[in-house]
Amino acid sequence: MSHGDVMMEGHAPGFTLGPAFAIPTKKLAMWLFIIADTMTFAGCLVAYGFLRHGTANWPRPFHSITNVALMTFILLTSSLTMLFALRAAKAGDKAAAFRWILITAAAGILFGLLHVREWLQLIGEGMTMFKNPWGTPLFGASFFSITGLHLTHVTAGVTALLVVGVRYKGGRYKADDIEVLGLYWHFVDLVWMFVVPLIYLMNLGKA
Amino acid sequence: MTAADPHKEAGVGKDLVIYFCLLVLAGLQFVIAYQNIDASQMLVRMLVVACVEAGMAALFFMHLGAERRGFLLFVAVFTISVLLGLQFGWTDSHRMLVGAPFSK
Repeated sequence: MSHGDVMMEGHAPGFTLGPAFAIPTKKLAMWLFIIADTMTFAGCLVAYGFLRHGTANWPRPFHSITNVALMTFILLTSSLTMLFALRAAKAGDKAAAFRWILITAAAGILFGLLHVREWLQLIGEGMTMFKNPWGTPLFGASFFSITGLHLTHVTAGVTALLVVGVRYKGGRYKADDIEVLGLYWHFVDLVWMFVVPLIYLMNLGKA
Repeated sequence: MTAADPHKEAGVGKDLVIYFCLLVLAGLQFVIAYQNIDASQMLVRMLVVACVEAGMAALFFMHLGAERRGFLLFVAVFTISVLLGLQFGWTDSHRMLVGAPFSK
């Protein structure tokens, strides 16, 4: 019987009401959060597409793909290291699992730093939420909103990685919790797969 | 996980294969960005690649493919339905740009 099972009072022993879809409650809760968060990002990206499609002379300020390519590589690699952490946790190797979690968190921090550096460069060129030197101010608003929402998720993920990692090492959390956290981290990676083409690559200025 | 531990241990090799596939697909998006095609074609191609990437990540990295079929269907049907529902605004966006035919 899973930890999510609930014994129904007044019924014969063995008559249980299991968690929906027969998956543990914590995992189901994370999946429901991911589905809800998918809607949040989808709403933002569709609204961005609406604005971009409906605005003449949408700016294309990006001239280099180096930074975004590096960020993509780091985030994808962090998903792999998260899988390694889960594998080690399921094998009962706490030290290795904690080490992989720390590597994943470090990758997340590096991603965040590259993101902030890119923001500072754009702000230095005169781009803010409400204006930019290339035309419609909607560009700055949508860019900072969507990438900011994603960066918030990365920051929350890094914090969760560190907290859950330390508590897992201390014996308070189990491999199940690493798996639930992994779902969230992979989701952050998954969202980035849509942010990159829509926000960066579609706005690539070609010489 | 304990009760619903559907993850069939396939070894690190499978994870690495999926990882390299995702890297290649991500690289493909960058290649598409430099093609001399119009924006709508570029958007379609990039979104197709992104959907394949997302599907692989969900199925293998998030182990959705190893969950019960009922749950897989629940996630897929619910997500796809809402994503399709969000597409209602394109005609109005088009009207904003060209002012016809819906504005008259």
